[in-house]
Amino acid sequence: MKKTDTHTLHKETGLEEGPLPPKESRTQEFWRLLRKNRLALAGLIIFVFFFSIALAGLVLTSGNKPVFDPAMVRLQEKLRPPLSHPHLEAISSEETPTLGIYLCGTDDLGRDVFSRMLQGAWVSLTVGFVAVGIAVLIGIVLGGISGYFGRNPVRVDHILVACIVFVGAGLLIGGVFLAGVGLLCIGCAYVLFQRWWKKVGGQSATPLIRLFSAETFSVDTLIMRLVDIMLCFPVFFLILTVVALLPASMYNIMIVIGLTSWMGTTRFVRAELLSLREQDFVTAAKALGVSDWRIIFRHMIPNAMAPVLVSATIGIASAILIEAGLSFLGFGVPPPHATWGNVLSDGKRFIFDAPWLTFIPGFAILIVVLAFNLFGEGLRDILNPKLRERY
Amino acid sequence: MLSVQDLKIYFIGDRSVARALDGASYEVRTGETVCLVGESGCGKTVSALAILGIVPQPPGKVMGGKVLLDGQNLLDLDEEEMQQVRGKRIAMVFQEPMTSLNPVFTIEDQISEAIMVHEKAGANEIRKRCIQLLRDVGIPSPEERLKDYPHQLSGGQRQRVMIAMALACNPDVMIADEPTTALDVTVQAQILRLFQELQQTKRMSLLYITHDLGVVANIADRIYVMYAGIIVEQGDTSHIFQDSRHPYTQGLLASLPSRTKRGGALHSIPGLVPDPSDKPLGCPFHPRCSFAVKSCKIKFPEMYDYGEGHVSRCPVLYNKK
Amino acid sequence: MLSFIGRSIIQKIITLFFVMVISFLIIHLAPGEPSQVDPLNPKFTPEMVERFRSAFHLDKPLHVQFVYFYRDLFTGKSVSWKDNEPVLKKIGERFLNSLPLFILATILTWTLAFPIGIRSAIARGGVYDRSATFFSYLFYSIPGFFFAYILILLVVNTFHVPVIGMKTFGFGDVSVLRTVMDRVWHLLLPSVLGATVGIAVLSRYVRSQMLEVEGQDYVRTAKAKGLPSEQVHYKHALRNALLPFVTMFGLMLPGLIGGSVIIESIFSWPGMGRMAFEAILARDYPIILSVNFISAVLVLAGTFISDVLYMVVDPRIRL
Repeated sequence: MKKTDTHTLHKETGLEEGPLPPKESRTQEFWRLLRKNRLALAGLIIFVFFFSIALAGLVLTSGNKPVFDPAMVRLQEKLRPPLSHPHLEAISSEETPTLGIYLCGTDDLGRDVFSRMLQGAWVSLTVGFVAVGIAVLIGIVLGGISGYFGRNPVRVDHILVACIVFVGAGLLIGGVFLAGVGLLCIGCAYVLFQRWWKKVGGQSATPLIRLFSAETFSVDTLIMRLVDIMLCFPVFFLILTVVALLPASMYNIMIVIGLTSWMGTTRFVRAELLSLREQDFVTAAKALGVSDWRIIFRHMIPNAMAPVLVSATIGIASAILIEAGLSFLGFGVPPPHATWGNVLSDGKRFIFDAPWLTFIPGFAILIVVLAFNLFGEGLRDILNPKLRERY
Repeated sequence: MLSVQDLKIYFIGDRSVARALDGASYEVRTGETVCLVGESGCGKTVSALAILGIVPQPPGKVMGGKVLLDGQNLLDLDEEEMQQVRGKRIAMVFQEPMTSLNPVFTIEDQISEAIMVHEKAGANEIRKRCIQLLRDVGIPSPEERLKDYPHQLSGGQRQRVMIAMALACNPDVMIADEPTTALDVTVQAQILRLFQELQQTKRMSLLYITHDLGVVANIADRIYVMYAGIIVEQGDTSHIFQDSRHPYTQGLLASLPSRTKRGGALHSIPGLVPDPSDKPLGCPFHPRCSFAVKSCKIKFPEMYDYGEGHVSRCPVLYNKK
Repeated sequence: MLSFIGRSIIQKIITLFFVMVISFLIIHLAPGEPSQVDPLNPKFTPEMVERFRSAFHLDKPLHVQFVYFYRDLFTGKSVSWKDNEPVLKKIGERFLNSLPLFILATILTWTLAFPIGIRSAIARGGVYDRSATFFSYLFYSIPGFFFAYILILLVVNTFHVPVIGMKTFGFGDVSVLRTVMDRVWHLLLPSVLGATVGIAVLSRYVRSQMLEVEGQDYVRTAKAKGLPSEQVHYKHALRNALLPFVTMFGLMLPGLIGGSVIIESIFSWPGMGRMAFEAILARDYPIILSVNFISAVLVLAGTFISDVLYMVVDPRIRL
């Protein structure tokens, strides 16, 4: 057993008093548990592999003269099976595939599927991470506010100011400059006035001001109703609607997926904060004078991260699937940029003639999504103290 | 009646083996109250679970020893035969009354279930028995309590219901695993009195597991002191309290606050209970023992007999006699 | 309890109102015009475009349109802008097409997921558990359309039955049995597809709930009473583990209006999903908004039902 000199030694027997440090740090414990859960470990390894391929793919397929060219159209060579040699008589020297063979065959426009898969890997990765990043960010903020400040009431004047600011910003964006700026100024002025009023400690008998200070519902109710409203829209339908109506681009897709998947994270964070809020360490921190924001971000959120991490990992998997689904329906990232969903979607007309166009991206998506799901579930088992075996 | 002999139970982990019980032996004779005393983590609960055969088996494993009920080794019985023993011949009351009752079934459901699993009786008779059991354990207005759900009762009442469930089939042996630890002190006294009454009226053998020596002094006929998975001292109550012969027992007794010690510092045994997966060689208590000599580090101590059933595992104190 | 119900209903109605407003805004504020009133559409002359605009009330301010639309919806008079059919009739037809898919998929999911999950939990770590886990992961990681194509290839090549569409064309006057068999074959594949993902997800959840309950003290008490294993697992543990699933029952309601666009596209199944999809493409506002509205109603009703069920089933909340 390690002895440290932060523990006092008993006068007579020279033995340690007090609790011993754990035999391994939390990071070490995490790695040990991860190694034990072989499926989760496999998931992690596959993810690292996928990440490096995506990175390599980004490098190898971008620029004017990429190493692997995903966009080069060779109509003479369309629908060639994987591992086939190009018909060297039919194509020019610069149209030859880099490795001398079509590793994964060609699609109906003669493009090298392997290059397209390489290019698509980065897109899938980015879409997954950015979308989930947005969702988690919104979720933590809303869930945090709702969990911690939940009981605070929303006052009438808060609502008015919010409306004014919203409309003002909207007008500003919409182009009605003067009115927009004017409204925003009114909003800011009112906020400042409120601050001054509170500092001065004014109580007023005027019914108008009392009306403005009247309390309506709580912050928690507001945010939870917002969640309910979002949940009323069938998610895929909503994404489809927005994506179909807005001009197609990778960023729009990522943002939309992110904006429609934050509800779960919000609920998790809120639930965790609600239970953590009652715990003694929060009361102790408050008694020491720690500010609210510091308590939330420094002390409570780290404790609530476990379910967030799990749902984020699984969320990446589902974001990749959604993107593939959107591409399949024709609403994914626009051509000529390749995504795995695109390749699959292009191939759906040739399923009997050129099955590799369906199977290769399909398997790739399957393996990556599986990896994320396995890792996410493994994380859940590792981070959940209740499910861990203890003796 | 019930005899645990040299029981060894280990918990197999991925990096270490926790030797929760390392050859413990104790027995409970017909009609007597035996207290099993020790600090948290010394293996008392594990031994009780092992008697009933409900130690979780994947991490836990019986590595040796016997559990004899009227001469029959319970460890040899298969699951179905053990179900005949549980509740009917040996019943157990657990430590946590707040979580030991199923929240979605009524009190009547749970008590009558305990009866029905072992005996055949008509619905009316079962209901009467439930009411009588609740009355026996001191719950007022038992007829109304029958329809209640566990969360509607207080901790003390829930523990009484647990005791009623355990008594339902008139078991020969009742094992009580720290039944009052989670309750208020005043409720503790009531439950203790209840156990004493029940033991007298039903002539049951009672194995009472606790870490509270005050309780032990009150109800025990004989005492076993457990440390790190083995019994270190056993004897009649009077012998243990007045003439203890093991440094650990002496340390425990010296730690009890009393009027005579007023104004002085409270005694405590230095050091910590050993990790079950990392026990010291020789006598498990030697790192904390003020009487330890060189041989204590190497040689595992035998039991030394002081007569009248009083034995202790300390050669040093035996030789000092 | 009654006050809770009352408050809940009021809150849900308010939420519904907000949903109505928001969905209306999203549709109308998005760029692009319905094809009939698109000034760029070469098929319509400017006069026709003007006529359509006033017929659809598109020349009126937004809040007036809002009132018009919902008035029409509730009186059943709103019509699809694409083909002039009454919206409710159109939705109704497609709904009846989607319904058998939904029912079959749901029945398959719920009847298979529970035994699998429960058995996995009771025999944790064993062969059954590990293979069930493996397949669960597999089935909810696989992209739906990919799996669909694999299944189609498999079934068509082995059984030589047509699977696309709701029934085979040109069957004519064949016996009732053949017609029924034909319908069943067409129904089977898409339902199985929808069910596999559901079973994978639900069985994992059942398993984790069972595991959590099995570790509770009252299960240990049940064992100590001498109860046989089936009673310990299926009476004491299961009853507690099932609590959250009763509430999930209510949440299945929104599934009625859903319909996977992808599955329906692949199988050419004329269901709700595809109708919604086509409506989005054509900017057929009445259809889109009506579907949205019905879906919101179902979601809110579903959550309401599940809240009530939870109160009924868990005595700790009721009393």
